[in-house]
Amino acid sequence: MRDPAIEAEGLTRRFGETTALVEFDLTVPTGTVHGLLGPNGAGKTTAVRILTTLLRPDAGQARVAGHDVVREADRVRTRIGLVGQQAGVDEQLSGRQNLEMFGRLHHLGAAVARGRAGELLDRFGLTEAADRPAAKYSGGMRRRLDLAVGLLIGPAVLFLDEPTTGLDPRARNEVWREIRSLVTEGTTVLLTTQYLEEADQLADALTVVDRGRVIATGTPDELKGADHLDVVVRDAGSLERTAELLAGIGTGEPQLDRDRRQISVPVGDRMTALTRAARELGDVEDIALRRPTLDEAFLELTERSVR
Amino acid sequence: MTAYVNDSWTLTRRTLLHWRNQPAQLALGLFFPVMILLMFAYLFGGAMSVPGGGDYREFLLPGMFVLTMAFGLESTFQAVTTDVGRGVTDRFRTMPISSAAVLTGRSVADMLYAAAGLAVLIACGLAVGWRWHDGPVDAVLAVGLLLLLRYSLLWFGIWLALVAGKPEMLMAVQILVWPLAFLSSIFAAPETMPDWLGIVAEWNPLSATAAATRELFGNPGQGGALWPAIAWPVLLLTVFVPLAVRRYRRLT
Repeated sequence: MRDPAIEAEGLTRRFGETTALVEFDLTVPTGTVHGLLGPNGAGKTTAVRILTTLLRPDAGQARVAGHDVVREADRVRTRIGLVGQQAGVDEQLSGRQNLEMFGRLHHLGAAVARGRAGELLDRFGLTEAADRPAAKYSGGMRRRLDLAVGLLIGPAVLFLDEPTTGLDPRARNEVWREIRSLVTEGTTVLLTTQYLEEADQLADALTVVDRGRVIATGTPDELKGADHLDVVVRDAGSLERTAELLAGIGTGEPQLDRDRRQISVPVGDRMTALTRAARELGDVEDIALRRPTLDEAFLELTERSVR
Repeated sequence: MTAYVNDSWTLTRRTLLHWRNQPAQLALGLFFPVMILLMFAYLFGGAMSVPGGGDYREFLLPGMFVLTMAFGLESTFQAVTTDVGRGVTDRFRTMPISSAAVLTGRSVADMLYAAAGLAVLIACGLAVGWRWHDGPVDAVLAVGLLLLLRYSLLWFGIWLALVAGKPEMLMAVQILVWPLAFLSSIFAAPETMPDWLGIVAEWNPLSATAAATRELFGNPGQGGALWPAIAWPVLLLTVFVPLAVRRYRRLT
């Protein structure tokens, strides 16, 4: 078993009065995609900035690609790529000039940097726009260029801080496709996002943060929890009675949605629940079994952390 | 060490590429001081007199050189804040390059820009009748003093940009630069100002360089010793080089 690509323990960081991160722990095995999920201001970016050597923690320690992010920051920097919230590219330079410059700064040498730039432009569909200034790129193109710069050295660990924020669905899909193909090549990815769908699509495992604290860790399926049984009744008057019956079938509190005449309840074994519901409920409009969305799980988790 | 030299050069070259990509922007920057020169030389110049006699344009040119060096503060500020704002600085800081290389790249590029600006202005000065009178050695020394001033303001600019952090603050810097420039002996002799204002103008670091260069070029107006024109920039450098480097390393 190889060492984890990212290993953080007890990371804490304050900015004046506010504590951005509190005893943050994280382990990301090599070759996996880990999602860091949380609302705005939850501490995701602070965590990424510490792990990418941009920020020193007040307490705790972290190793990235086998090196300590504070004591061996220089070593870490030769192994990581960062795609931040702003596209960190020089808008006055063309895509090609950007890649060549950053390649030289990674000490690839002029010729290798030029070759790498060509390859990456090709791979990210930017060859045609290669010699136009990046300022003229669309949001999606700029983000792809940003991603290309992050991949210049073939980093061991790639940090993506909200890589699709502000992109339209098509551009988002393009970025997702690129991230997936990276992972098949063995890069470890730490991805922060506010979009649950994104985490669901890309991440092998998730850490949910809220107000600086880790409130849950697990695979997307684990975090989603139990399946739900949705029942729609014909007559709003029978909602309460049906909910009572469902309370006996499900494993948790039934949730009522009066407008849609729907009751939703988490269940244990899928088939048992479904057959019991069909037998015991009598005349209902619709019964459906479904996987809960990550949204539901997320809301539940953050609400729990407020209480 | 080789890495430091290479990285600094790569980053200097980056600014040279900006100029090649946007020549109009470069030209505009270089010719803005020329416009001010022409404005003062021909529009206001007729109404100005130099205490102790002498041609106003001969008096004005050393001041214009100093002003151009002071304006450089704005381009440094803008370049640094743009990089911070766009996440380019963050990217540099996650790469295996030293902070010294990033700051050296910036300063070499800005000094090249300053030298180009000065060359343009010297050519225009010669065209409107300004001359140096005390030989090429003193003239070169005067140019050296001007570039030293620019170099010290450059580090002040880097520090200011890292503290302010936003390109939108450029306006505030302009508001700072203009009174600093005008409250000096650049356009008018301090003797012609109200007493208290004259004292401020005389103590202005820009006046020190203006006076010393007037002396070295042999131009009219109050000349001045060499040492204040060296002491002021050295003082600025002593304060702002460490502050800027520290600030860069501790960016959050």
